[in-house]
Amino acid sequence: MKRPDIGKLEKDANQLRKDVLTILTKAGSGHTGSSLSCIEIILTIYSYKLRLDPKNPKMENRDRFVLSKGHGCPALYTVLAHFGFFPKKRLSTLRELGSSLQGHPQLGLPGLEASTGSLGQGLSIANGMALAARLDKKDTKVYCLMGDGETNEGQVWEAAMTAAHYKLDNLCAFIDFNKLQIDGFLCDVKNIEPLADKWSSFGWHVIEIDGHDLGQIMDALDEAEKIKKKPVLILAHTVKGKGVSFIENKAEWHGIAPSPEELKKALEELETEKE
Amino acid sequence: MNKKQDRSDWKPTRDGYGKGLVELGKANKDVVVLSADLTSSTRANWFKKEFPDRFFSFGIAEQDMMSTAAGFALSGKIPYCCTFGVFASGRAWDQLRVSVSYMDLNVNIGGSHGGVMVGPDGATHQALEEISLMRVIPNMQVVVPCDILEAEKATIAASVTEGPVYIRLGREKTAVITKETDDFKIGKADTLKEGKDLTIIACGTMVYHALVASESLEKDGIDAGVINLHTIKPIDAKAILEAAGKTGAIVTAEEHLIAGGMGSAVAEIIVREKPVPIEMVGIEDRFGESGSPWGLMEHLGLMPEDIVAAAKKVLKRKRS
Repeated sequence: MKRPDIGKLEKDANQLRKDVLTILTKAGSGHTGSSLSCIEIILTIYSYKLRLDPKNPKMENRDRFVLSKGHGCPALYTVLAHFGFFPKKRLSTLRELGSSLQGHPQLGLPGLEASTGSLGQGLSIANGMALAARLDKKDTKVYCLMGDGETNEGQVWEAAMTAAHYKLDNLCAFIDFNKLQIDGFLCDVKNIEPLADKWSSFGWHVIEIDGHDLGQIMDALDEAEKIKKKPVLILAHTVKGKGVSFIENKAEWHGIAPSPEELKKALEELETEKE
Repeated sequence: MNKKQDRSDWKPTRDGYGKGLVELGKANKDVVVLSADLTSSTRANWFKKEFPDRFFSFGIAEQDMMSTAAGFALSGKIPYCCTFGVFASGRAWDQLRVSVSYMDLNVNIGGSHGGVMVGPDGATHQALEEISLMRVIPNMQVVVPCDILEAEKATIAASVTEGPVYIRLGREKTAVITKETDDFKIGKADTLKEGKDLTIIACGTMVYHALVASESLEKDGIDAGVINLHTIKPIDAKAILEAAGKTGAIVTAEEHLIAGGMGSAVAEIIVREKPVPIEMVGIEDRFGESGSPWGLMEHLGLMPEDIVAAAKKVLKRKRS
């Protein structure tokens, strides 16, 4: 796929940020900090790499994206709406009774590839998709986005060993490395460093980037495609709550939504940033 | 009935599972088999030998295996996950809940070495809770085959049954009760014997014991029907209510904890629709322990004479 224009992608990311904040405020609950940190990652994967047809979400030869950190779904929902998998106005039903936009992703929403939410399971699911594609001799690529706190889960490392054992070079995983989880800084809750070394020693090709730099994300995605006989882990350094000064780097913003007043302030900040 | 039985022609249900997998491998190229380091024990090695490209090894990582199976199913494959029942149902319960059942995927689980008959391995390896743990998950279906032939049929049926199916299998050789030609349908109970005075509803190893108990009761002038409730979920409420209506007393029998097990599932139907006295043969609130398989069955009250005693008790309640 052709490299998207970075200026346009930046504008899209800014708009998606506003959408995420707006729908979270309307819902009155949800994971603000965790959604804002992964917007550039998800947007770039969808804009630059995924072979998809929003009019035919189950297209046989599509690529797959699994959001293992299910709580970041407002970011994914806004991206899916942005690409036309469902009408944008549906976003405002987030977390409502009967909505297809559940608090954590549920299969059935057009474009969504897997139900997730109980952390640690998405990489295994992605491995299964990658193994199935290989068995069918398809050139499907599978992408997976995990949280950094999520790597506390033992299953992540089980899956890391499986992907390396089967040399899944059609799989590319991201970690949204925003350094915060619900209880506080990762280094205080349970230190996971040295994270890059851990993945390397598990047999993965590791690329470290700034997870808000669209050019770096695209470069990493290109590099990932050239790596053979190994799965690729893109360790994306990010800022929790990125883009809104009073939300950034605050653990308490992991799982709460802005009030209408906070939304107003946040949207003002994002308007200024655009200019 | 206490005399030593001739068990020379008995066979384990896990062998039926292994045979079923090989049959499926030949018939359907989308069937894949996943194993968590118990490939020979679960008879998954028979499939592995025939179809090495469609066999996937996970090492001792049941959680990873179950979620990976979900990924396979989301890509159109029909995975069978092989491990011991304790690990399948306990260790990987959340993965079966979220990755598999929440998405209602055609992922099938062969939980071998179910029940106390793993014997000497002791409590950690004796799966006494799978029926409870599995049936409580929405969308999950639960089958406990009574013999090798039924296990093979259940394995094959699971591949064309929408949604996940948990198949409980045994290590030990058990009696072969059914015939090759018998019909098997997931969700449809088999009435093996009609009765007038009470009905024994059993699953797995206890179906044979129910038949032996029924014969013994006949000598005392008691006419006990026997139902093979091989599918615990979806449960055949019609067959259960007919039996309750016709005989007015029920004994349930399972090689499993009473709490939440097959008997509980039967009682959930009966108490709401057609209350009649029920006695339950199963294991009280406790763990297993080391011992010989049949020694443990006796020790834990899972023999035909235990069903006979329960039958006599339930008849007293019926008549009072």
